[in-house]
Amino acid sequence: MNRIIEKTPLNPTVTRMVVEAPLVARKAEPGQFIILRTHEDGERIPLTVADFDREKGTVTIIFQIVGATTEKLNHLNAGDMIHDFVGPLGRATETEGLKKVAVVGGGVGCAIAWPVAKKLHDQGCEVHSIIGFRTRDLVILEDEFARVSDQLRRVSDDGSWGDKGLVTDALRELLEAGERYDEVITIGPLPMMKFVCKLTREYDVKTVASMNSIMIDGTGMCGCCRLTVGGKVRFACVDGPDFDGHQIDFDEAMARATSYREFERHAHEEACNLFREVR
Amino acid sequence: MPNMIKTKYPMPTQSPEARICNFEEVALGYGLETAQLEAQRCLNCKNQPCVSGCPVQVHIPDFIRLIVKGDMEGAYQTIAQTNALPAVCGRVCPQESQCEKHCVRGLRDEPVAIGRLERFAADTHNAREAEKPPKPASNGHKVAVVGSGPSGLACAGDLARLGYQVTVFEALHRAGGVLVYGIPEFRLPKAIVRREIDTLQALGVEISTNTVIGKTITVDELMTEYGYEAVFVGSGAGLPKFMSIPGETLKGVYSANEFLTRVNLMRASVPGSDTPVQLAKHVAVVGGGNVAMDAARCARRLGAEVTVVYRRTRDELPARLEEVEHAMEEGIVFNFLTNPVEVLGDENGWVKAIRCLKMELGEPDASGRRRPVAIPGSEHDLPMDAVIMALGTSPNPLIRDTTKGLETQRWGGIIAEEGTGKTSREGVYAGGDAVTGAATVILAMGAGKQAAAAIHQYIQSK
Repeated sequence: MNRIIEKTPLNPTVTRMVVEAPLVARKAEPGQFIILRTHEDGERIPLTVADFDREKGTVTIIFQIVGATTEKLNHLNAGDMIHDFVGPLGRATETEGLKKVAVVGGGVGCAIAWPVAKKLHDQGCEVHSIIGFRTRDLVILEDEFARVSDQLRRVSDDGSWGDKGLVTDALRELLEAGERYDEVITIGPLPMMKFVCKLTREYDVKTVASMNSIMIDGTGMCGCCRLTVGGKVRFACVDGPDFDGHQIDFDEAMARATSYREFERHAHEEACNLFREVR
Repeated sequence: MPNMIKTKYPMPTQSPEARICNFEEVALGYGLETAQLEAQRCLNCKNQPCVSGCPVQVHIPDFIRLIVKGDMEGAYQTIAQTNALPAVCGRVCPQESQCEKHCVRGLRDEPVAIGRLERFAADTHNAREAEKPPKPASNGHKVAVVGSGPSGLACAGDLARLGYQVTVFEALHRAGGVLVYGIPEFRLPKAIVRREIDTLQALGVEISTNTVIGKTITVDELMTEYGYEAVFVGSGAGLPKFMSIPGETLKGVYSANEFLTRVNLMRASVPGSDTPVQLAKHVAVVGGGNVAMDAARCARRLGAEVTVVYRRTRDELPARLEEVEHAMEEGIVFNFLTNPVEVLGDENGWVKAIRCLKMELGEPDASGRRRPVAIPGSEHDLPMDAVIMALGTSPNPLIRDTTKGLETQRWGGIIAEEGTGKTSREGVYAGGDAVTGAATVILAMGAGKQAAAAIHQYIQSK
């Protein structure tokens, strides 16, 4: 059982929670994730660590309300307990030796991209951040990114915030302008990461993508999170979540991500109805 | 005068028609009268070959004598002297290849039903009002146990009885290891596992769930920062194997671990559980071990027509005989001498069929079993909407990757001394599947007990 210390809505569908989890906070590094259950008989879902405070013993998670579990999680408030909270899991994002990096985040993926950008910034790396959202109302962590980025590009699909366009448009501009990166790190929806990797391949820039697969245990036991990287089957939970973006079979990953879509839609509706009745 | 009836007394079961619609226990256990009749089949041989067939040397003829005499608690206590989990082992041990294989009655007739009698004694004990064992006086020493499966539970129990302050660390949210995530309710009711864990807690054992050793805390930190004088690693063999054939990442292909975890641990089939499981119509289970049988029978209970695909013949099936018989009674089809070469998908990335070759048995291989050889031109497709790979598991690398100086085999098993579980690291012991690779509950339990004795000796001699 882990207590929620703070809860802040970042936009209508994205919430930030600070959770008391001293053991996790002690070890967590950007790129790693936790697995939680909101209640007995709840589902185990992975959420990437968005921040941590080793002194206070807290871990921050940022989640988008997409299914039954995130709906139930969002109905918990400061002071409430999260039934199970385990981590940190997966490998940390490798940042050692990087001098100049482009961090490309999309949507709620920015929540995961931010701690990576921050870590790079703190170790003296030049950070160019490109963050993209569908529309102005969905923007999160703008100020946070501004603080840790040497350059910040804002883009939105509809042009209501920053430049109209896609993160790949902004990244192409930077690359065309002659910016040379040791690495591009991209975190966001699978199609976005796929196209970021396609673009950087043209420019021959090493690219790391963070894969948020469906998981159960998160320790290598079930194999649900498997994906093909460079022709080999890997487990996102223990081999990742970061992989060489130019080697990932994104089409397969996108297909696998839809495994439970029907079930999720149904379960989410049920969860919503449940809360409606409670009210 | 022994009862010379040639066959074992049958154990009542739920009818196949009824049980494929529920997850309740299939085998219902002997009643008192049948148990005593079966117990009388034992010849009480002087040299007790059955005992040497038992990995933990349960005093089998002794406990069977006590059942004949009507001293059921005495029978249970006799088993419990060497077996930490009698109610579990009575249900899941492969008796036909252990104790019952050596039974003298088995030379001419059927062997004595030792497993059923063990279960009877354990269930009779468990049916009595649960008396919580008193908490032993602490001896002031702390020991950590990694993993709450059979080896960890056995090790923790023995150490706690000696007065050690034991903490069991479990990565998942519930204790029990393979007994809760792997073996289904219909073969091993979870209440039995719960009871064993309750007993440990009454003995003062602390269970720390949601703690991944190697991630949340390392083995070294347990000893240097948390004050544990010794660590027992019983982290099992949890990493699933796949076949490395095309199509294994299609939707609808699962490791048996994933499928069983969804159904058993996450209770996906129970109303109110949030974890989804695909309700497939036609399921292929690849493999022939106990895990394959468990997966096949779970899928059957979720409403599927199930085909077990196995590359050798019925005689080579590694699963317990009873599970194979039960699976067949439940209408599960067995395609022997059949080996998958590809999983075929539809336009949406879901499984639509499994492509197989027919096999024939050739020369014996290293394991002594005749090697299956593909028959040219025998390729055929079996239409399926789900495929479950039950090909075995290997030890999880989390601990070996994060514990310096802990020597392991090339295939990943932790190297531990036979009989003590001592590893290359001082104060670190290991046992069960983490050392042997996927084996049985009773072997893991036995290794846990041996390590407990070795840890006791180690700490007392410091």
